Order: sequence, then C-alpha cells, then structure tokens
Amino acid sequence: MIVRGRERVIVQGITGKQGTFWAERMAEYGTRIVGGVNPKKAGTEHCGVPVYGSAVEAMADGGFDATVMFIPPMGVKAAALDAIESGAKKIVCLTEHIPVQDVMYFLAAAREAGAQVIGPNTAGIVTPGECFVGFMPAFNERVFKPGPVGVISRSGSLGTLICLNLVQAGYGISHFIGIGGDPILGTTTRDALRDLDADTGTEAVVIVGEIGGAMEEEAAEYAKAMAKPIAAFIAGAASPPGKRMGHAGAIVMGDKGTHASKRAALEAAGVVVLDTPSAVADALAGNFG
Amino acid sequence: MNFEEHAAKPLLAAVGIAVPEGEVVEDAAAAAAAAGRIGPCVVKAQVPTGKRGKAGGIKPAATADEARAAADAILGMEIAGHRVERLLVEGQADIADEYYAAVMNDPASKGPLLLFSTEGGMDIEEVAADHPDKLVRLPIDVRVGVANDEIEKAISGLDLGGRAGDVAGVLARLYRVYAENDAELVEINPLAVTDGGELVALDCKFTLEDSGAARREELARSGSPEDLTGLEAKARQYGLRFIELDGNVGILANGAGLTMTTMDVVSFYGGRPANFLEIGGEAYTLGKPALELVLANPDVKSLLVNFCGAFARTDVMTEGILNAWEELKPTLPVFFTIHGTGEDEAVQMVIDRLGITPFDLMDDAVKAAVKAAGEAGR
Repeated sequence: MIVRGRERVIVQGITGKQGTFWAERMAEYGTRIVGGVNPKKAGTEHCGVPVYGSAVEAMADGGFDATVMFIPPMGVKAAALDAIESGAKKIVCLTEHIPVQDVMYFLAAAREAGAQVIGPNTAGIVTPGECFVGFMPAFNERVFKPGPVGVISRSGSLGTLICLNLVQAGYGISHFIGIGGDPILGTTTRDALRDLDADTGTEAVVIVGEIGGAMEEEAAEYAKAMAKPIAAFIAGAASPPGKRMGHAGAIVMGDKGTHASKRAALEAAGVVVLDTPSAVADALAGNFG
Repeated sequence: MNFEEHAAKPLLAAVGIAVPEGEVVEDAAAAAAAAGRIGPCVVKAQVPTGKRGKAGGIKPAATADEARAAADAILGMEIAGHRVERLLVEGQADIADEYYAAVMNDPASKGPLLLFSTEGGMDIEEVAADHPDKLVRLPIDVRVGVANDEIEKAISGLDLGGRAGDVAGVLARLYRVYAENDAELVEINPLAVTDGGELVALDCKFTLEDSGAARREELARSGSPEDLTGLEAKARQYGLRFIELDGNVGILANGAGLTMTTMDVVSFYGGRPANFLEIGGEAYTLGKPALELVLANPDVKSLLVNFCGAFARTDVMTEGILNAWEELKPTLPVFFTIHGTGEDEAVQMVIDRLGITPFDLMDDAVKAAVKAAGEAGR
C-alpha cells in the first residue's frame, strides 16, 4: 500500500492521547487529515477536524481515501469492520496484540470488499515530502528525504535505521512501507514489493525482513522477475530457535523461518543480502545510481 | 501458550469428541491406583512438547504393577528440556486405524486451515512429504466457519471405510474447539479408529494464541507457563521483552527488529550477545529495570546501548538509562549509538553526564563493545 499526499485520511481513535499526538504530527507534515472517529464524541471537533460516530458517517459526510486506527487491541475488529463497511479502500492498522482470529476476520472482510489493509503491528507508511500515515518519524530530515529508493520493513525501529543510513549516504526514499511484525498481515512483503515495482518513482528497493514465516521466500519468487535492483537485510541471524523475538511473527519453528532459508532464497533471486544495516548504501551503489 | 495433553483433552470432550478415560497423577503409587480403576492403560509423560513417545515418555501397562513401574521410569525424565512431574494414566484403546486431524492459523491463506490425513500417528511434515495424496487441506473463512458437508466433500477422495460422515463430524467439532478458544493450533494425532469403529482422540496438542489469551483468562490458567529464567520472569512483570543468552556483550535496544539486529551485528563482528532486551513501544520509559536486568548477569563484560527512535523517543529512553546508571553506578564499559527521534538531546545528555560520545555508526559502537568484552574476559 502506498498513500500519496493528495489522499484524504481519517483517524479512528483521534481523541485518545496517541491519536491526538499523531494526528497533529501527520497534519503538520502535510497529510490531508479530514476527520476522526469516536462514537462517544460524534459531532464535536478535534485537532481542527470533525469527529464522526463511525467511519461510515465520515464517508457519507465528505468521504476519505484512507483510515488509520489508534485503537486498543480488543476494539480493532469492530473499528476495521466499520472502515470496511464505509467503503474505505486503504486501512492502516498499527495496533499490536490483536487476537489473531480477529485479524483473520477483518482481513477476510477486507478482501471481499476490495479494501487493502496494512499491518497489524506496523509503525505505518511514509511518502517523504508528501505525507505519512502512522507513527513514523517522517518529519526527521535525517531519516526521510524524497528520492528513488523504496523501503519495505517488518520493523519500525530497524526500518528507521535503514532509512537513516540511506539518507546519510545521499539516497532519498520514495516510499517507506511498514508491513508489520505480526504473523498474519494484510500486506505481505511480496505485496509491498509489487507496489514498489509498479511505482514509477521507485528505482531500487530495500527489503527489511526478519526471521519467522515465509514472506521473504515468497518475495524472492517475485523478485526474480524484477528489473529494479533489490538489497535486503534480514534480522535474526543470531536469534535462538523456538523463541519469539519481540514480534509475534519473529520465531523460528523447527527448520521453518530461518535466516539461512531467507538469505538463500533472496540470493538465488539476485537480491544482495547485507550482513549489517550500514552496508545498505554500498550495496545500492554497486547496483544502481 | 502450550497446553499439556491432560489440559487439552477436556476441550475436545467439551464439544463431544471421544477421549479415553484418564487420570492425572504425580507419583507411582497414584499411577498404580489409577490403573487399578481403569484397567489396561497407557502411562504418559505430561510435558508441553511433542516427541514424548520417541523419548520413552509413553509406556503401556497391562496391570497396576506395570503402571507403577512405568511411572517410576518416566517421572523425573527430561524431555526436550522439560522435567516430567505429572503423568496421564489413560485407558488403552483397540486401534484398527490411526488418522491425523488439526486446525491451525495459516499465514498463507490468512485464515484457519483444517488438515486431515489417513496417515496418523506420525509427524505431519513427514506425511506432507511422503503421502501428499493422503493429506487434505481445507482453508476456512473464519467469519462463517465450516459445515459438515463441506468437510465431507473435502475428504471424499480418501478411503475412510464408510466413516466419512463420522470423521466430518469430529472435524467440525475440532473446528469449534479452535474457534471458541482463540487457538493457534489444535491437533489430534492420532485420531484412532477403534475395533468397534468409534473415533477416539488418543492425543491432543492445543496452543492458545498469545494475543487471544488476554480474553481467555480462565482457559489460560490451564496452560503451561512459559519456560522462563528468573530474570526473564522478572522482566515480564515490567512488561519488558527479555531473553537471556550465553554471551558477554549486554544489549539494550528499542524495537524488536533493531534489538535482533544488534545481536546479529555483535555476532557478525565476532562477539557474543548476552541477551535480547527491547525497551521500545510502551516500555520506553523503563530504563532502570532494564539496566538492572542486563547487569544482573555476571557474564556481561560490556554494554551496548542502541536506540533508533521512531515512536519511541531516544531522549526519554536515554534519560532513563542515565538515571539508572548514576543510581546503580556500574563499572563496566558502555557504548552508545543513538539515532532518530530525540537524537540531538539524547547524544548531548550522554556527553554531559557520562563524559563519553555516542558512536555515529552502529557498527563502530558494536566493534568497540565486542573488543571491550573480549579484553575484560582475559
């Protein structure tokens, strides 16, 4: 999923502490925040925009293109279903610790309705110079500057470091797509890779993956046919098997989801796999630019 | 959260899936007494892991004396790192055939996946590799669940000796166990066909999905507590994610991805990480307990602090660490590398209060911490 500066965004949960803080940051940066949702404060105004009782109401009153949820784990299913019912086409799901069967439920509903979901458990997405949706430090110019490199990341913190390394080396970012650290995600690494492949402003891609699951292996299949150069860093080479490394999705089970498997699949697809995040700029320099 | 067999089987029984009569015991005398009541039985180690049979943790017993001997042999065994403290004494079944049945979260279809095979009693990965024609995979829409006839159609290609209707009934019930209990996995292996043609669950594996567990408090009490060291358990109380490792470079970082990466880069430069500890997210103000946890390990010879702030502010995290540092007054060498939100303030704070300058490049901080740990060890 890519969100551009012209797109209208609402914030579900805008009146909460985090919702308020990040709605202000997003608006300051240039994101077109056009409304918020809180059923208990419908009809009021917050952060300079109207508060609606539901996403459905927000859509009926002026409409929007994307929604971002600042909602606690047990409330996300209802909020997401509201967004899907409203006809929203882009849904950004930041929340961590949502019961997985709830995630499956609203992802199935979204698929049926033709809505894209990114997350859960993501820090969001950034189009430097235009807008950001979520809680990434888009406004930090050492981390994000416009440019030709697209970044896909399962991690907010590590994705931030990779972007910073790129910007310090003189490469700007076309889009940062934080796909999230959960085991079941609305947008997979391969989905995000397809978006960046199709994006005319992206000339090279960096994949920031981690142990667990098979998303990097699936993305490698797609990468084989891609003309744009790709570099990847996969976190977790030194992590012990059988332990969840902070993210629910970051766990090696038996011989599944290992660093070695991901590295081998990506290298076989012609992707440059990095030993340390600071090598990202050199890897791109050798391939493009 | 994994459940031992004796804690998982009541979930099957509750939806009407047959399980053998059984009793949980903790010593050999009780095992003998249970066998006396039940008759010919199987004595089974209760540990939250598979491969119990191969490890010698499951023994048949025809009499109470044999059950006593089996219990003596199994109690106290170590199976995959778990000490056996409990046994399930369960009635023997006359087994005519063994099937495999499971429902699990499936990242590929982003929904529940029902698995069924007529090749029960062995590892499902072996079945998938050796008998793919005998393994049925049925993705389910979690919004609507699954109907008996849908299952019956899916398994119609298998030779079930006229029992397809009964099998479909058991699988539909198994799906209910999954859906009504926030399962990540529920598996029956083997699902036995008795000489009388009855379907009986001889084993059951149940994993409660961690985030769903928050709304299944009562059920979660029947699960096995995670294997944590004393320090790891203490970290949980603070809401910190901490994993002890066997190295000598202590690590404090924020965010799961960055913390794993810090371990990776320590290893890449020839060092050995002593722990995984992330203080990002909602825990980003917990500097003091975080530092105490890392320093509690006497093997830690140097400390690496790696912050990259997005949502978490590096100045807040750094202030927490510096306050704790001044209070605890550790003597080991410490190396900082700080980037992102709040970076300027955080870097200046380290310079002002510790008299050291954070490294601009993470790799340089890691190399310095690895070198210092190596020198301290000599």
